[in-house]
Amino acid sequence: MLRRLRGMLVKEFIQVFRDTRTRTLLFAPPIIQMLIFGYAATLEVRHIPVAALDYDNSQVSRELLSRFTASPYFDVRAYLNDRREIGDLIDRGEVTVALQINGGFAQDLRKGQPARLQVIVDSSNSNTALVAVGYINQIAARYAQEFQRTQLLRTSLFASSQIPSIVLERRPLFNINFDSQWFFVPGVIGNLILVMVVSLTAFAIVREREIGTLEQIMVTPIGRLEFILGKTLPFFLIGLFDTALVSLVGTFWFGVPFRGSIGVLAIGSILFILCMLGIGLFISTISRTQQQAMVSGFFFNMPAITFSGFGTPISSMPEWLQTLTYLNPLRYFLEILRGVYLKGVGLDVLWPQMVGMGLLGSIMLAISVARFQKSLD
Amino acid sequence: MPPSVATSDLTKRFPGITAVNRLTFEVHAGEIFGLVGPDGAGKTTTLRMLAGVLSPDGGSATVAGADIAREPEAAKARLSYMPQRFGLYEDLTVAENIRFYADVFGVSREEREARARQLLDAAGMSPFTTRSAGKLSGGMKQKLGLVCALIHRPLVILLDEPTNGVDPVSRRDFWRILYSLLNEGIAILMSTSYLDEAERCHRVALLHQGRMLYCETPVELKRRLHGAVVSIVGHEARRIRAALGGAAGVLNALLVGDGVHLVVDDAGRRIPELQAALQTAGLVFDRLEEIEPTIEDLFVAATSKERKP
Ligand SMILES: Nc1ncnc2c1ncn2[C@@H]1O[C@H](COP(=O)(O)OP(=O)(O)OP(=O)(O)O)[C@@H](O)[C@H]1O
Ligand SMILES: [Mg+2]
Repeated sequence: MLRRLRGMLVKEFIQVFRDTRTRTLLFAPPIIQMLIFGYAATLEVRHIPVAALDYDNSQVSRELLSRFTASPYFDVRAYLNDRREIGDLIDRGEVTVALQINGGFAQDLRKGQPARLQVIVDSSNSNTALVAVGYINQIAARYAQEFQRTQLLRTSLFASSQIPSIVLERRPLFNINFDSQWFFVPGVIGNLILVMVVSLTAFAIVREREIGTLEQIMVTPIGRLEFILGKTLPFFLIGLFDTALVSLVGTFWFGVPFRGSIGVLAIGSILFILCMLGIGLFISTISRTQQQAMVSGFFFNMPAITFSGFGTPISSMPEWLQTLTYLNPLRYFLEILRGVYLKGVGLDVLWPQMVGMGLLGSIMLAISVARFQKSLD
Repeated sequence: MPPSVATSDLTKRFPGITAVNRLTFEVHAGEIFGLVGPDGAGKTTTLRMLAGVLSPDGGSATVAGADIAREPEAAKARLSYMPQRFGLYEDLTVAENIRFYADVFGVSREEREARARQLLDAAGMSPFTTRSAGKLSGGMKQKLGLVCALIHRPLVILLDEPTNGVDPVSRRDFWRILYSLLNEGIAILMSTSYLDEAERCHRVALLHQGRMLYCETPVELKRRLHGAVVSIVGHEARRIRAALGGAAGVLNALLVGDGVHLVVDDAGRRIPELQAALQTAGLVFDRLEEIEPTIEDLFVAATSKERKP
């Protein structure tokens, strides 16, 4: 049994690493996608649409706002009179940021007390939101500095110890963990593993069917389970390797925080990869050619990614769709990835996701193995 | 000694057709047994059932002493099946393919190396062990398939039209290897649609629509064809057959790919007569000559005699 399995594995690995296309497919997309998303997270963002709400209506507040008008990073699109207008504008996507200056702002600044600038951000795109907040911070700080200098020129009495400052009060409109500039990056790992493990597994099996080696193998003493194991184990290992690879690039190249435990991530990855092997195997049972496998893979991958919470938050989906996402292993895996990476939570919080994936994985594998056995007769 | 392969009323039905109909025969160790028949006769289906890929709908069979229905795993370990196209991994080298099939049959490394050397030598393939299988010629691929199929020293070999589309040199190697196996006490069951290949078998079974018509030596089979075969190559095959089908000394007329085959009682005497008859009828043809009978000729002769005894 062990010799047979070893024979399968040796052959499988030779095939994977000999084929230039497969080899590239294994390692290039993870790195490339990671780089794209990593750099997107640190990218310069310009012309962020802004709404201004000035309750102070002083010379100081108007001057501060003019700094935003002059900045290439912001376009002040609307001057409001009521804070109730803000929510509507952001909802309709007309502005990403609203600046609210309350009464007494100029006075506070003059007295050297912290002057409050309220920043309301549409965090549904947390990346832009975070970059925007960074710029606002810079503009406000520079203004405070200059303010201090002009004050010094005007009145020699001004005490230099009282430094005027503007304090930002952030109000994210949607409830996303706000310091995650890196919100998308862990999600990329999930997507990559999904696409790779599903398609590689399906391709590898369908190819054997296509070239006639599957029938040849069935007349050898290799059992069907041994065959399945020999076929999936390599991609299981490769999937794990890629998870590690992408995590390392994320952590060491971009400095994505890794706050949780590697063990929890490993358990989650293993369970997720098992689910994906089940799907890949299933696709191989309904596909005669690699072409068909590709199409079937696409029909699984697209909805799985769309309804995982990778881009659109699950909470903003219709109720029935939210319920359906419980059948999507990627949903659980993304929660685990984000939990481990950004929040540093452990099994005590993530166990329901683990159980969810474990159940889905077992069911999928069982169905696929049964179907696979039948498809050989 | 019990037979290496024994079938008893072996039957396989597909929707609308009985592909193999109550087939009963035995193959003994050291024997090459040929399954001969036209397209769709049920040759492949029979071999696939014996290999354990298809399950029979009726009857029974044993391979190397193991019942194919009750102990399929034991049967599989002792047999080797080479389908019309052996499943090679084209991206693996010759040596890697051999290693894979050796591993799945549990052949140890030393055994594999010794056996592979011997087989590759006999196949004339020793210089090519590091070449990838996809870059081999058709004949080489088929020989590599045979090497892989024999690496675990099976007791029974099932070959489905093994030298179909193989160049003459590789074909000779192929047969040399097969004959060398007979000394090891192996039984070979093969299907073929070439008469010269059928003649190399010890015994042949003539199959037609899933039934066995005859089971005898190739010499006996050939004797069923009284007379000689004359081939007429030309475009007007139908009209030629109509003109000559009832001519004196013509026992049978068969349309083939490039013309007509006639079975005649005496070739030397009839050929000039036939040429004259065609000229009189104003029918043109490219060539008219005596040829070695084909399976088709034999088959038509055999079945037509059966119809009108
Ligand atoms: N899987 C199948 N499903 C349905 N019918 C089949 C199947 N396999 C074979 N048949 C039919 O069974 C009959 C016997 O086929 P088989 O392949 O055994 O013939 P053969 O003697 O090997 O012919 P050939 O010279 O074409 O290889 C044919 O009529 C074929 O169409
Ligand atoms: Mg056939």
